[in-house]
Amino acid sequence: MESPVEIVQHTAGGVIGVSWLMIAFPLLGAAILLILGRKTDRWGHLLGVAMSLASFVVAVLAFVELLGLSAEQRRQAVHLYEFIPGMADMGLLIDPLSISFALLITGVGSLIHIYSIGYMSHDPDRRRFFSYLNLFVAAMLLLVLADNYVGLFIGWEGVGLASYLLIGFWQFKPSAAVAAKKAFVVNRVGDFGLLVGMFIMWSATGTFAFAELSEKAGSLSQPMVTAIGLLLLLGACGKSAQLPLQSWLLDAMEGPTPVSALIHAATMVTAGVYLVVRSGAFFFPEGSAQALAVAIVGAATLLAGAIIGCAKDDIKKGLAGSTMSQIGYMMLGAGLGPAGYAFAIGHLITHGFFKADMFLGAGSVMHGMNDEVDMRKYGALRKYMPITFVTFIIGYLAIIGFPLLSGYFTKDGIIETAVEHNQVLGWLAVIGAGITGFYMSRMIFMTFFGEKRWAEDAHPHESPTVMTVPLIVLSIGSIFLGGYLILSNRLMLWLAPAVGRPEELPTFHFASTPGLATLALVAVGAVYAWMKYGRAEVPAVQPRGSFLTTFARRDLYGDALNESLFMRPGQWLTRIAVFFDNRGIDGVVNGLAAGIGGTSGRLRRIQTGFARTYALSILIGAALLTGALLLVGNI
Amino acid sequence: MNPIMQAPTIEYGTLAPMLLVFGAAVLGVLVEAFAPRYLRKVMQVPLTLVSLGGAFALVLVQVIMRGAPTEAVAMGAVAVDGPSLFIWGVILVLSFVCVLLVNDEGHFVASAAAVPGSADEEEAEAAGGAHTEIYPLLLFAVGGMMLFPAAHDLLTMFVGLEVMSLPLYLMCGLARRRRLLSQESSMKYFLLGAFSSAFFLYGTAMLYGYAGTVSLPGINKALAGGALLDPLLLIGFAMLGVGLLFKIGAAPFQAWKPDVYQGAPTPITALMASGTLVAAMGAVLRVFWVGLGNLDWNWRPVMWAVAALTMIVGAVLAITQTDIKRMLAYSSIAHAGFLLIGVMATFDKSQQNAGSLSAILFYLLVYSFTTVGAFAIVTMVRDPGGEAGHLSRWAGLGKRSPLLAGVFAFFLLAFAGIPLTSGFFGKYAVFAAALASGSESGDSLGGWMTGLVVLGVVASAVAAFFYVRVIVLMFFSEPAADGPSIAEPSMGTVAVIAVAALVTVGVGIFPQPMLDVAHQAAANLFIR
Repeated sequence: MESPVEIVQHTAGGVIGVSWLMIAFPLLGAAILLILGRKTDRWGHLLGVAMSLASFVVAVLAFVELLGLSAEQRRQAVHLYEFIPGMADMGLLIDPLSISFALLITGVGSLIHIYSIGYMSHDPDRRRFFSYLNLFVAAMLLLVLADNYVGLFIGWEGVGLASYLLIGFWQFKPSAAVAAKKAFVVNRVGDFGLLVGMFIMWSATGTFAFAELSEKAGSLSQPMVTAIGLLLLLGACGKSAQLPLQSWLLDAMEGPTPVSALIHAATMVTAGVYLVVRSGAFFFPEGSAQALAVAIVGAATLLAGAIIGCAKDDIKKGLAGSTMSQIGYMMLGAGLGPAGYAFAIGHLITHGFFKADMFLGAGSVMHGMNDEVDMRKYGALRKYMPITFVTFIIGYLAIIGFPLLSGYFTKDGIIETAVEHNQVLGWLAVIGAGITGFYMSRMIFMTFFGEKRWAEDAHPHESPTVMTVPLIVLSIGSIFLGGYLILSNRLMLWLAPAVGRPEELPTFHFASTPGLATLALVAVGAVYAWMKYGRAEVPAVQPRGSFLTTFARRDLYGDALNESLFMRPGQWLTRIAVFFDNRGIDGVVNGLAAGIGGTSGRLRRIQTGFARTYALSILIGAALLTGALLLVGNI
Repeated sequence: MNPIMQAPTIEYGTLAPMLLVFGAAVLGVLVEAFAPRYLRKVMQVPLTLVSLGGAFALVLVQVIMRGAPTEAVAMGAVAVDGPSLFIWGVILVLSFVCVLLVNDEGHFVASAAAVPGSADEEEAEAAGGAHTEIYPLLLFAVGGMMLFPAAHDLLTMFVGLEVMSLPLYLMCGLARRRRLLSQESSMKYFLLGAFSSAFFLYGTAMLYGYAGTVSLPGINKALAGGALLDPLLLIGFAMLGVGLLFKIGAAPFQAWKPDVYQGAPTPITALMASGTLVAAMGAVLRVFWVGLGNLDWNWRPVMWAVAALTMIVGAVLAITQTDIKRMLAYSSIAHAGFLLIGVMATFDKSQQNAGSLSAILFYLLVYSFTTVGAFAIVTMVRDPGGEAGHLSRWAGLGKRSPLLAGVFAFFLLAFAGIPLTSGFFGKYAVFAAALASGSESGDSLGGWMTGLVVLGVVASAVAAFFYVRVIVLMFFSEPAADGPSIAEPSMGTVAVIAVAALVTVGVGIFPQPMLDVAHQAAANLFIR
């Protein structure tokens, strides 16, 4: 295989030299909107969009400049300033991997900003919403652009914060507040893994910089590398909602739909994939324990997410299950080493488009249906929202891997590479694709086909242009992007300087065994969905279902497991701590305070207010002082 | 002995800042004597401000152009060395700021001679105006504050002490509201001050008996050669100590402080709590480090007890205070204790002594500015009958006047020594110096210094309690229905609070420039 090229220090000016503007623009936007507050209500959303677009323009210009460089020069480190003296400098790394992410974040992010103008138009806090969105974009860009783990970690926590604020945006809903807290707490587990991984990294190599780490990682002992790799994987699991830290993502759908599209589908949840790919040096060689762990986590999650997706009646939760599942595919790809990186990143990019497309489509449906999310109360919407319908269908076809659409190429690439490397995991991915065919078709049939099952006051209508245009742009990407990236290995060659590539470039087979099997299973799934939800009547109330259905509806009992294993013991622990604190520590402290207070009350009686008493105290003091001096002198 | 009397040499250039202040004070007296009443204030205020500002400029010029002289001037009576110049600069800025507070209407009585509650008083009130004599009095006090810490012999020091104190006694009795309280405070301060001055003078006489000289280096020289256990020396030294410790308000000589601080007009309290403390600390340092430098194995253990007692008394008694000015007075006592820890941080090597000295100078600077700011805010919170002194009146202030309460809270946090305020660095510098001196090999106190620092930290924690209690009271209590009004502040008061807040924040975040200045001032220690 070919290794990544060396990182070179950026010296010339140009756009790459000022690439920090990408982060600065949205950060400035967030600061202005938050500091000026209500004064910016009238134009705040426009500023938010403008800052995101400005960032996008810088990203495109940096991308163009990078294209103009030779392959050896395509990893440019831009030093910004000394951050923690002797530990970490703040700098950006502009290379094919980071700039791809930057384009996705700012591009899709800008579209979602625009869409939100319409979606949030009735919300009195729209300005605050945009300030958080801008904050998110800034933090996410810092995450992917930083040239060291410290910067990455700051961005990592920043997106966590933005995610928390946005999930709980409608904080007057208790469910939203709880969901935000849950996301935060679960993510702490992952963040802790990442932190400990970084600690080990520092103690073993004395650096956090990607450039130096890739050199030094080779000389570390194997157990050390494995430990770092597994800890980084734990971090990735938290942020990307992979097993066993998946439980927060479904609840996170409490946030406004553009948030689900931007943060919990297109960008933030893919940060784990970025982390694994960026830390390739610690997942080397492919087939090592930690790389295998990544692939296994991916395969398990892609199945779990798909099964959960089958049982959800809430359209957003269905899509959330699907997101889990698709990120599982990316993880699987990322666990396969350089051979899988390009497909994982490719799927990440195309997924960013078609999943954002579908989430925004779901938002558009909800917008027209009085914020109803239960698909059992939809039906026959295709005539009432034609643009939403068509764009949603395109996203749907892309995700199930309909031939020649985006998802077809990227997902098939992952599946084929997986089958080559590891038969078991590969065929599990094939099965997962079949389930995807079923649950996505179910969603389509329940929403757009069949009979009307609307609530009485529902008046579905197409959404305004400011919402449909982003849908159209995203669906165009969902059609063509995959083929463009994967055929003739464009993406693999483009990413090679950053992540390496296999010696032999793969050729895309249109009729490979796993590929054909996938297509067949998807077809079976779709037909079965049509029989159950297209042709047959959909009951307006959820039927009881078999124990398997319940299993899936309960998110595979993930919450129950967390609750009994961690939450209840944790609560007991805090209760014991509180008891000890009240009785033991506070007792001592309060007693001490009462003692001092009492002394004070007694002592103040000396302060009689009579000058003669004061003079006497001076006299006594003088006597004491003299006596003490004589005494000390004579010792 | 030379039978022919020679005229003394006076280095007018070096003494110019002090002479300017005294000269302006004399001019002020002439203004009072000859200018018509309606013109007096118009003339006094610029005269006072210009002389203080000019004196500060002269200090700066001296520092920049010539550096500190290495010999005592005025026939060895005054030592204008680095620490003196630093203290002069601080005092001049503080007194300038206090004049801005004094300048505000309504603090001073119209006719001090009128009996409180009498018809005379009403008449004077109706006629309006206030004593403009306050300005020359203040200038004399400031001049005394400058001479006191710079005096190179004990008699000059006594003169400085009295020149500083006498106008202060007077000014304490000039409050417009609560006149009886004010006059009582004035009386007490005068009686006790006179009492302690007598101790000082007595101690001077005893030391002269021992050393045959009143010059500080002369006494030190005598110590190097003479008997160290001479009762004459030890008693004289103890009496001298009483006089000095009284002025900084160290226990057990602190009793006057709360009464006087409470009764005096608040701008004068601000001047006493800042300027007097700075001056007296300077004098304490000079006497103990220069005059009795060779006796430090003897006075440090005694000072240990004084510092410990002062901190405990200040911190513990402040807890049960219900008057904001009394609370700040006790807080000032506790801070005097912290400063005394610094006085004890002496080393064998002079270079390290410079470190301790700069820590004390720095502490004095940051503490005095915060104090002036805090008292300036006290002047603004008013009841119909004057300032709202009782703490319960401050409840809920944060809801009605968030900015004012916020700034006050910030000053309180600085007193408590919370990081990111100047108070933190002040305390840190002094405690660090004390720890280092205790760990010096062969130090007579050794681990005791560590104990004292621990006690200091504990006292800080106790003190933090009553500072934070006020913050809680201001922000988390419901405001009283008939709560105090916030006076519309004059430009002067706003400027005072702004300067104090700026120093407290600025030094809290970027302490280095100020630390550098203090280091530079302390680099060559005192003239010996």
